[in-house]
Amino acid sequence: MANDREVLREIWDGKLPICFQLAQEEIMEIQQPDPFYVMVPRLSYFPLVTDKMKRHFLRYISQENADNEMWLDYNGQPLKWHYPIGFLYDLYCGHDPQLPWNLTVHFMKFPEEILLRCPNKDVVEAHFMSTIKEADVLKHRGQVMSTMQKKDHNQLWLGLQNDKFDQFWAINRRLMESHGDSEGFKHIPIKIYSDDGVCNQRLVSPKNTDGSRKTLQQMITELYPDKSNVKLRTHGVVIPHDTPLQWLSEHLSYPDNFLHLCVF
Amino acid sequence: MGDEKAEDSLAELSHATESLKIEGEHKENGDTVKTEKVKIDILLKATGNAPIMKKKKWAVDAEKPIGWIMEFVKKYLKLEPDEKLFLYVNQTFAPSPDQIVKNLYECFGTDGKLVLHYCKSQAWG
Repeated sequence: MANDREVLREIWDGKLPICFQLAQEEIMEIQQPDPFYVMVPRLSYFPLVTDKMKRHFLRYISQENADNEMWLDYNGQPLKWHYPIGFLYDLYCGHDPQLPWNLTVHFMKFPEEILLRCPNKDVVEAHFMSTIKEADVLKHRGQVMSTMQKKDHNQLWLGLQNDKFDQFWAINRRLMESHGDSEGFKHIPIKIYSDDGVCNQRLVSPKNTDGSRKTLQQMITELYPDKSNVKLRTHGVVIPHDTPLQWLSEHLSYPDNFLHLCVF
Repeated sequence: MGDEKAEDSLAELSHATESLKIEGEHKENGDTVKTEKVKIDILLKATGNAPIMKKKKWAVDAEKPIGWIMEFVKKYLKLEPDEKLFLYVNQTFAPSPDQIVKNLYECFGTDGKLVLHYCKSQAWG
């Protein structure tokens, strides 16, 4: 069970200041648009927090592009909307933090080969719910999600979308419970990314073969037997190597129920 | 099942990234030597109203994204460009089109293969 409520709250309240600027070549007005500053929750997704920013820039671009899908880049690197914002920051800026985070806004030349299309927020919801289901398959063979009601699923999504900690955790706590006679999940939902953004997903148990709690260090030794000094970062924090995986999963997972860790 | 709109949009995310080049099993020449584990066996099972594929088992490049497999199935079944195709793992969740086959196989593979169910309308969640 996720018992350290202060940690959950701290993670939930994590925010990033972002400075959005319209791509120079897309500005069609003589007057330059002001940059758009906003604080966004680390746990959210860009399509959920950029409506106002989009409206701000729309009047500066050629009207023939106004219905195009907006997309973002950091230093020329297109940002995937289906990854949590805080994770994207850790991935591209974790080694060299800069605040505010300067991002460029585009309405032209959508990079089809890199980004998925996101025509509306329903697509974000579908992706989010599907990822929670995947996590539940790993943790409880999918039994928690499949026995929940539709309104519970909605509450998870609305809790995230509206930034309501209590609403979200009232349901999410059930996804963080251990089942059966065992202490802990069957497997830990975990995605580990190298700095080029390539995601590595492996089946990781929260326990060692002797039944003891597996620590981050023990997982690292398993996954990277020939590398030394591997470090992992999430939520802007380098995770101490003696952290038990089960605790990590219960407290530092993103709302999609996955741990998103950057390796360095 | 109230969110068909959302699921529909998800299917639209997929796009072919490369020309079709999926390889079948090499059993015709009796070559059982496994060259590295760069290919992964997938089993494609129809569900709901989807047509059955004559050949269900395929060996695919481990690094291929799911969106590529979706495009392959659509072409194999000769679906119209505007027809939807949904792909599910464990009859539970729809993987992201940019998820690679290797990651799913590592976590959800059984008996040396990854089973994927496909259908033309939303089947699970």
